[in-house]
Amino acid sequence: MSAPLLWIFLPLTMAGLLMLIRNQKVIALIACIFTLVLTLAAWLLPIDVALKIGNLSFKLSSSFEILGRHLILSSSDRSFLALIYGSAIAWFAVAPIIKKARRLTSLGLAITALFVAALAVEPFLYAALLIEMAVLLTVPLLLAPGKRPGKGLIRFLIFQTLAMPFILFSGWLLAGIDSNPSDLVIVEQAAILIGLGFSLLLAVFPFYSWIPLLTEESSPFSVGFILWMFPTVTIFFGLGFLDHYAWLRDASTLGSVFTTVGILMIVSGGLLAAFQKHLGRIMGYAVIIETGFSILTFSLGRNLGLNLFFMLFVPRTLSLVVWALSLTILKEHSPTLILKDIKGLLRVWPFATSGLVLANLAMAGMPLLAGFPPHQAIWEGLASTSLPVVLWVSLGYVGLFFSAVHVMLAFASASEGVRWESRETGPQRIIFAIGFLALFLLGLFPQWVLPLWTKLPSIFTHLPQ
Amino acid sequence: MNTILNWLACIFALMTSIGLLVHRDWHWGIGLLAVQYLSIFWLVQTPWTVSMAAAKLITGWMACAVLVIAQHNSDPSEESDASRPQGRLFCLFSAGIIMASTFVLSLRGSSWLGLSLPFAWGSLLLVGMGLLQLGISDQPFRVIIALLTVLAGFEILYAAVESSILVAALLSTVNLGLALTGAYILNIPKQEKT
Repeated sequence: MSAPLLWIFLPLTMAGLLMLIRNQKVIALIACIFTLVLTLAAWLLPIDVALKIGNLSFKLSSSFEILGRHLILSSSDRSFLALIYGSAIAWFAVAPIIKKARRLTSLGLAITALFVAALAVEPFLYAALLIEMAVLLTVPLLLAPGKRPGKGLIRFLIFQTLAMPFILFSGWLLAGIDSNPSDLVIVEQAAILIGLGFSLLLAVFPFYSWIPLLTEESSPFSVGFILWMFPTVTIFFGLGFLDHYAWLRDASTLGSVFTTVGILMIVSGGLLAAFQKHLGRIMGYAVIIETGFSILTFSLGRNLGLNLFFMLFVPRTLSLVVWALSLTILKEHSPTLILKDIKGLLRVWPFATSGLVLANLAMAGMPLLAGFPPHQAIWEGLASTSLPVVLWVSLGYVGLFFSAVHVMLAFASASEGVRWESRETGPQRIIFAIGFLALFLLGLFPQWVLPLWTKLPSIFTHLPQ
Repeated sequence: MNTILNWLACIFALMTSIGLLVHRDWHWGIGLLAVQYLSIFWLVQTPWTVSMAAAKLITGWMACAVLVIAQHNSDPSEESDASRPQGRLFCLFSAGIIMASTFVLSLRGSSWLGLSLPFAWGSLLLVGMGLLQLGISDQPFRVIIALLTVLAGFEILYAAVESSILVAALLSTVNLGLALTGAYILNIPKQEKT
């Protein structure tokens, strides 16, 4: 058996089978157990090493040939596989309590498998095609039956589809640079194409207009899943570029490009979040800020940047799950998610409203919450290199923090005589309690998740040096 | 002879892409897209084998078939496209600008990439026309047709530099996937009414 068969083709088959089942709880249970098995397999099973169980000998080979090319998942990819499938469990486990399991688990599993394939395919530039397939699969996830597609979905489809040609074509130019590295004209053209491709794929400023639109018009939980998965995998894909091409990795302007792009996203996202009146749009801008931070970390040097990027992964996943869950519950029971319509909801939906505010504060790097340790490390790194950058970044923090306070005040402003109650269901309360606990515990004891990301830099051969 | 046929394919691509821009009726739109795939087939079979180029043609026609079925089942009241400029003259003028700019670009591009002029122009023209369509319409059917046109233009150019079977297969899957996505988007509002 080969590793790509286990972590790519098997999940794709399972995703197809899950679509045939109708019961939400059964789907979620099967998906969670299956994904847990994949996570444990990634954690425990060595690749390309013979295992002996009694008389049986078993070896998981790293390569799988398909139409003359290879899908390769080596031993160094195991930590990434464990993390991506492990994090997917969080989304799949929560989905049935808001009745989103049928679409999210089957399509989510297929999207995850396609992203793993994107990171496994050799030559790795073909990943752009697999990412595009994942994009196409997200459409049924984001567009609920009976609803017309909004502008956000159409823009998402356009921007992500346009990214693919840029990246594929830049790959051809990059091959030319390998044979003639001194040709500065080709280097410049390739850099422009890569930059455009990734700007579209990663929704970098000014191509992020679809994010707030999508968070406003689609199911927050589905959008949350997409906004968790896409930036993470795209950055991994981008790091693959840096790892493969020495001229790109060693480019003197790379650091300033990362700084400028990161600051643009953080500042614009923060300022726009501060003045939003729609709760969904605030989540969208928070994701833009978070992507900005992920990009900014790489301006701090390759080693530190990589570690900080991986450090952000778990808190971001946790915050987004809690935020998306809260928004989904509130959206179902409130006429709209506009601030004037959510006044006083704290008294009737205490768990969902608290979850939303806590997740918002965690993403804003509030002390004692999960987002604080990585954000504090980023602050430290930035402060030692450039104080103006710290000042710009603080604008983004202030914007996101201001939006959290604004929302909290709206939730708390109930009219006289409204009684305290909790309309969340039992399972919803339990999930929220676990989420709150995890948000605080990760803020107080960040070292607990160290083993999850310390091995991740080893995925890349040249980058961590 | 081959050059003349390449120019003919290029002119076909030009006419169909302008037709896609101007015509409002979806029957015409899909018909023109199907003809467009013929010119793409001809241009792609120059660097590739005929069998691989034929796969592209068949995929394109399958995408057209999917869109025909989807449009037949969709609600005609959903077809309004308020954002689209009404004047045909505007569309023709914009198409003229794209035509001229892509021609100038292909003069440089053909020598840079080592391609014949009709090959480079046919490719860039389709990309440009597709982008123009994306810029002037937000109706899902038009957006899907425009994205298919952009991808078709890119595929002609990419065929000259990459001949991997896996890439051809994946690009075909993307084309077909895009058509199926379009079909899903076109038919989803109807599900509520039925």
